[in-house]
Amino acid sequence: MAAAMPLALFVLLLLGPSGWCLADPQRDSLREELVITPLPSGDVAATFQFRTRWDSELQREGVSHYRLFPKALGQLISKYSLRELHLSFTQGFWRTRYWGPPFLQAPSGAELWVWFQDTVTDVDKSWKELSNVLSGIFCASLNFIDSTNTVTPTASFKPLGLANDTDHYFLRYAVLPREVVCTENLTPWKKLLPCSSKAGLSVLLKADRLFHTSYHSQAVHIRPVCRNARCTSISWELRQTLSVVFDAFITGQGKKDWSLFRMFSRTLTEPCPLASESRVYVDITNYNQDNETLEVNPPPTTTYQDVILGTRKTYAIYDLLDTAMINNSRNLNIQLKWKRPPENGYIHYQPAQDRLQPHLLEMLIQLPANSVTKVSIQFERALLKWTEYTPDPNHGFYVSPSVLSALVPSMVAANPVDWEESPLFNSLFPVSDGSNYFVRLYTEPLLVNLPTPDFSMPYNVICLTCTVVAVCYGSFYNLLTRTFHIEEPRTGGLAKRLANLIRRIRGVPPL
Amino acid sequence: MLDEPQEQAEGSLTVYVISEHSSLLPQDRMSYIGPKRTAVVRGMMHREAFNIIGRRIVQVAQAMSLTEDVLAAALADHLPEDKWSAEKRRPLKSSLGYEITFSLLNPDPKSHDVHWDIEGAVRRYVQPFLNALSAAGNFSVDSQILYYAMLGVNPRFDSASSSYYLDMHNLPHVINPVESRLGSSAASLYPVLNFLLYVPELAHSPLYIQDKDGAPVATNAFHSPRWGGIMVYNVDSKAYNASALPVRVEVDMVRVMEVFLAQLRLLFGIAQPQVPPKCLLSGPKSEGLMTWELDRLLWARSVENLATATTTLTSLAQLLGKISNIVIKDDVASEVYRAVAAIQKSAEELASGHLASAFVASQEAVTSSERAFFDPSLLHLLYFPDDQKDCLFFCPISQHSTLVH
Repeated sequence: MAAAMPLALFVLLLLGPSGWCLADPQRDSLREELVITPLPSGDVAATFQFRTRWDSELQREGVSHYRLFPKALGQLISKYSLRELHLSFTQGFWRTRYWGPPFLQAPSGAELWVWFQDTVTDVDKSWKELSNVLSGIFCASLNFIDSTNTVTPTASFKPLGLANDTDHYFLRYAVLPREVVCTENLTPWKKLLPCSSKAGLSVLLKADRLFHTSYHSQAVHIRPVCRNARCTSISWELRQTLSVVFDAFITGQGKKDWSLFRMFSRTLTEPCPLASESRVYVDITNYNQDNETLEVNPPPTTTYQDVILGTRKTYAIYDLLDTAMINNSRNLNIQLKWKRPPENGYIHYQPAQDRLQPHLLEMLIQLPANSVTKVSIQFERALLKWTEYTPDPNHGFYVSPSVLSALVPSMVAANPVDWEESPLFNSLFPVSDGSNYFVRLYTEPLLVNLPTPDFSMPYNVICLTCTVVAVCYGSFYNLLTRTFHIEEPRTGGLAKRLANLIRRIRGVPPL
Repeated sequence: MLDEPQEQAEGSLTVYVISEHSSLLPQDRMSYIGPKRTAVVRGMMHREAFNIIGRRIVQVAQAMSLTEDVLAAALADHLPEDKWSAEKRRPLKSSLGYEITFSLLNPDPKSHDVHWDIEGAVRRYVQPFLNALSAAGNFSVDSQILYYAMLGVNPRFDSASSSYYLDMHNLPHVINPVESRLGSSAASLYPVLNFLLYVPELAHSPLYIQDKDGAPVATNAFHSPRWGGIMVYNVDSKAYNASALPVRVEVDMVRVMEVFLAQLRLLFGIAQPQVPPKCLLSGPKSEGLMTWELDRLLWARSVENLATATTTLTSLAQLLGKISNIVIKDDVASEVYRAVAAIQKSAEELASGHLASAFVASQEAVTSSERAFFDPSLLHLLYFPDDQKDCLFFCPISQHSTLVH
């Protein structure tokens, strides 16, 4: 219960001067960045990075003061003497073949690898406590990390920040592939950001859109870095990254124009006042304005060119701190539109709805000569209710055959057809010009043997229930209504018995 | 006023009796309580003075001896409604250490660019206070600045003073939305005391807290028992005229630390003493804590620890009586013995007046008793109750007997 009592205050004798306090030098800075990359397959990849740099000593003792750097992580660094921490949560898999190389890939599930300082005496105990504390901070089941899934790699995980010497005794690595990422993990991740989803780029982080993607990866990286070019002193760097890939079919409904509103259901309204730099980069390498294949709106004023991951790329820059770009009256909604459809061809896909309509997949493709093209589609059959089965369910279920319709180029030019004069076999399909002819081919239907339920179970259940009920009811009825009569023993021979029988038939009292 | 040369041991008290007409005290005052375990009493009628003082001392000794009533009163906060309960529920429960966090909440960084010299303030005001209290536990201090952290309640506008106010009924709802951002300390097991300084946003400035009569509270702050305190710091309206947004705000740390230290004293259970009439109470030293207040706190905490340890061990014994399935291993048994030994040692030290060692022993007693009670190995056989064991044995026996017949 809160109590607002007028407090009797004590007058404190102050030692030393009190009034003059100098402006404290800014000891931490925040940079935020969003990179939007249109992918060759028509999808769009968005990568957020929030970097907080904290200029303070490596070993924190005594009182700690936090401003932009979150207190929860700062306390972890000082309590467990961390040198580097890398934690990622990922759902999905980055398909390098279709999407190109990623900036930073993470394995599916949860991955944690940590370099401890060389002052730590019991690394395994610190590792166990650290994974438990992290599972509390990020609402994930990292407490399942123990010696059965922890290793100490010797060659592949060198420190990503500054390091004097690398004794692999202080490195621990664990991966939990079973871990599922959901909104519960995103919320504490967002809480660590200084502007905390109210201003700047973090307003775009809405969970219902971010998890409606083919690939979602969020990570926290802490490492020591040089404060300046000559590396005279060291700062802590915290990077929070989030990569998502929006699928053209699921999110875009097949249309190939993207905008910030389409992807995140939000637009950028104001920059984060705490950030020293807040930018959006759009990859425009493969598309230049002359070709007019890709239109970017609003048109970029500045571009950035560099060699990234081995290839030369060009990025359009939108600076949120530039008041011309974004101010109180204008929101920033970056739009990407493909003017001409890419040469992949036309694809029409209609997903199935249970008990309403089936899947439909139509593709218009150009087959190169002397090649083999394989098209495959995965589908699942849902379980049927027991009344929906056909009378012969063990025969199997049919999948309708696929249809291939093609205009095959003809070796010899053909004459246009006169419908009445030519034979019937020549006038099946209309021919528009003589250089190619139309053909429609079908594949074999597929018969799939699926497990069926045991249809004799209702009969078995009825039998068993009726038996039990009959036995109980019968016994109970007997108990209630059975009465006992005493019977005289019979005397007399066979003749007397026959006579009694006849008398009984006649209705006369017996002898 | 009175120079106290010697450093006295904890738990001791020196009373000087001066003559009736001495000018050491002002004329209308009969007694004086100093900050360092000394008192001066004006004695009327020589020998009578010593008798009266002697009777008082016997009363005090009886009140402080370790009887059942004293132990029960130490646990009075467990009772639902009691005349002591409001006072008892405010201070934090006794623990091995405490964490204190100062947070500055700035919900509107576009309008206010707030700077506070928290490091200097902690060094000058909080650290000496905590050093004086260091016998009562380990303390650690942190601070942070949280942006875009709103209070959960919309303040109402008062057109008479053209300011916003928070009603006393709204105050309990303020804390919950903020607490999720405060970052409960995952890295330590000690309880946390939070002190928040809230700079209201431009649209809701100035903001005042009203008490139950509708008058604004002088310090514009309130505290919540066992949790911490919140103070609202209003930006001077003259600062807006000069420059464009954001306005640079330098927080006056003296005003803020006065309030926070007073709240810290209350939350530790250092209560306002009831001053008898015609008595002059000297102010505290620069640390903000009088030495005999520390003694009183140590005594109260020791008694509370002893009561808790005794209750825990008694509960364990009762549980063992009722449920025969609990397994007591050797290390649990040694913890119980250690707890009992510590309780006895603490009681002896309290009787002889060595408060510091009694407090340390009582903390050890609590730790050992909790370790024994909450040991997970006690539950290994708990879910194998007797009636299920009987059923397992009797069923085959009954079948066997019916078959025989």
